[in-house]
Amino acid sequence: MPYSLRRWAERMAPHLILLMYLLLALFPIFLIVINSFKTRNAIFGMPYQLPDSETFSLIGYETVFSRSSFQQYFLNSLIVTVLSLIVILFTGAMAAFALSEYAFPGNALVGLYLSFGIMIPIRLGTVSLLRLMVGLGLVNTLVALILMYIAQGLPLAIFILSQFMRQVPRELKEAARIDGASEYRIFWLILPLVRPAIGAIGIFTMIPIWNDLWFPLILAPGDQTATVTLGVQQFLGQFVSDWNAVLASLTLAMIPILLLYLVFSRQMMRSITAGAIK
Amino acid sequence: MPSSPTRKFPAHLLVFLAPATAVYTLFMVYPLLDSLRLSFFAQNGASETFAGLQNYVTLLTDPLWAPRFWGALRNNFVFFAVHMLVQNPLGLLLAALLASGGRARSIYRTLLFMPTVLSVVIIGFIWQLILNPLWGIAEGLLKAVSLGALFQPWLGQQSTALVTLSLISVWQFVGIPMILFYTALISIPEELSEAAYVDGASGWDIFWRIKFPLLLPTVGIVTILTFVGNFNAFDLIFTIKGGLAGPEFASDIMGTLFYRTFFGFQLQLGNPTMGTTVATLMFLIILSGVLLYTYVWQRRVTTYEF
Repeated sequence: MPYSLRRWAERMAPHLILLMYLLLALFPIFLIVINSFKTRNAIFGMPYQLPDSETFSLIGYETVFSRSSFQQYFLNSLIVTVLSLIVILFTGAMAAFALSEYAFPGNALVGLYLSFGIMIPIRLGTVSLLRLMVGLGLVNTLVALILMYIAQGLPLAIFILSQFMRQVPRELKEAARIDGASEYRIFWLILPLVRPAIGAIGIFTMIPIWNDLWFPLILAPGDQTATVTLGVQQFLGQFVSDWNAVLASLTLAMIPILLLYLVFSRQMMRSITAGAIK
Repeated sequence: MPSSPTRKFPAHLLVFLAPATAVYTLFMVYPLLDSLRLSFFAQNGASETFAGLQNYVTLLTDPLWAPRFWGALRNNFVFFAVHMLVQNPLGLLLAALLASGGRARSIYRTLLFMPTVLSVVIIGFIWQLILNPLWGIAEGLLKAVSLGALFQPWLGQQSTALVTLSLISVWQFVGIPMILFYTALISIPEELSEAAYVDGASGWDIFWRIKFPLLLPTVGIVTILTFVGNFNAFDLIFTIKGGLAGPEFASDIMGTLFYRTFFGFQLQLGNPTMGTTVATLMFLIILSGVLLYTYVWQRRVTTYEF
């Protein structure tokens, strides 16, 4: 083989393999989305074709919106995710600040205690958690989900944030102390400096909360409190033979998280990369 | 490390630590410990009585319970093995290709990670539709490459259901090892491979002799994350196969066994304390994996900082 051709082949081989895998990764998603906009006959007759004026149909979406409380599910997911996230990031940052800033007796022990939950899944305590929620009268409320997602998200948030807070130059804090700033004020000054870490943790914490099936299924299975993931799971169970509705509900459930991901993917990837290099 | 030493426990410290510690203790640590406690109690209707190790003996030896437990444990190891043999090498391959450069790599990376951010429930249904003989997508694609005869209802057969489900999970989560290996790979200084290249080493040699040893810490992290994730898995199998994890429990893993045991499913009545026994055994399995990683792997493998 001539040298230049060989070089060209060597350069193109990675692209070829990546493109092939990309096809495998995206084709199923693509197929679901395009077929959700087609008539039933077209779904079965020509599944690989894009919808055209003849095959285009929104019947699936009409069924989803008339037969399920999809808007309610979205709202529930949004409330649960956003509130959990805010509390995790704020209380997590406070705890991380205490652990990274003050040498108090038991500092290492508290740090270890709080990081225990990074590896041990909270799911294993479900039986007692359910009893606790029953005792508190919180079953079938969004509050139960929020409290439990906060507990689940805190360990990793505290662990990562305290590492970032240790890197904030000490002079900055000492200067503020000399100026008479309170410890609370210093915390507020530090918070914007760890913004990149907060962003990264935010995304990593949010995705599992939004996608979780287990806890909505067990703690809040009612239709009023169902999240998108649970709502879709139950809707699909009932409408399993209505292909238009199935495809439409899958597409509806995918869109928000994919949009969010595409908007934030650059920051997310950058923060993983930065974290790894540090 | 902490800077200003303080003698007593000051008020602001309490304010900073209390909210997170309180929620974490009440909703994570307490339920886990209480579950451990309950696993030593027998369920009598709504109340429980102390029973020592009876639940464990029943679960591990009773002819009704033991086959389910050992079956789920075995299946869970198969589930894990498929991830280790397919997901992680594939993640490494994709990462190596991404790290080989090119302007398109950030686009590839973003798109390849897309299935990973979706809910397992959605992924489960998508693959159920793709593999459904009624729609005929998988069959049609195989026919297009003259392999139509290979098509089988993989999700429905006892012999293939578990591996098929494992591969669906691999398809979804390959993005995680890919990103972790990729970030590790691009942090290896160029000079190392350049020096080897000048000495006449091939790309293959450079990868396995120089880069791979530097990736060993990441191999460890990926392995333990896979282990914990797999032994805690539930959503995919519940979505596709339901709580009975059929056919004939062929796809039953620890997560589905746990759910069925404490919550009940169809004809099986829920038994909360037996559920906590399953959970405690899952806890011990996961904990031993984490300890093995922390005290054996992490101590043997050197991490290089560049």
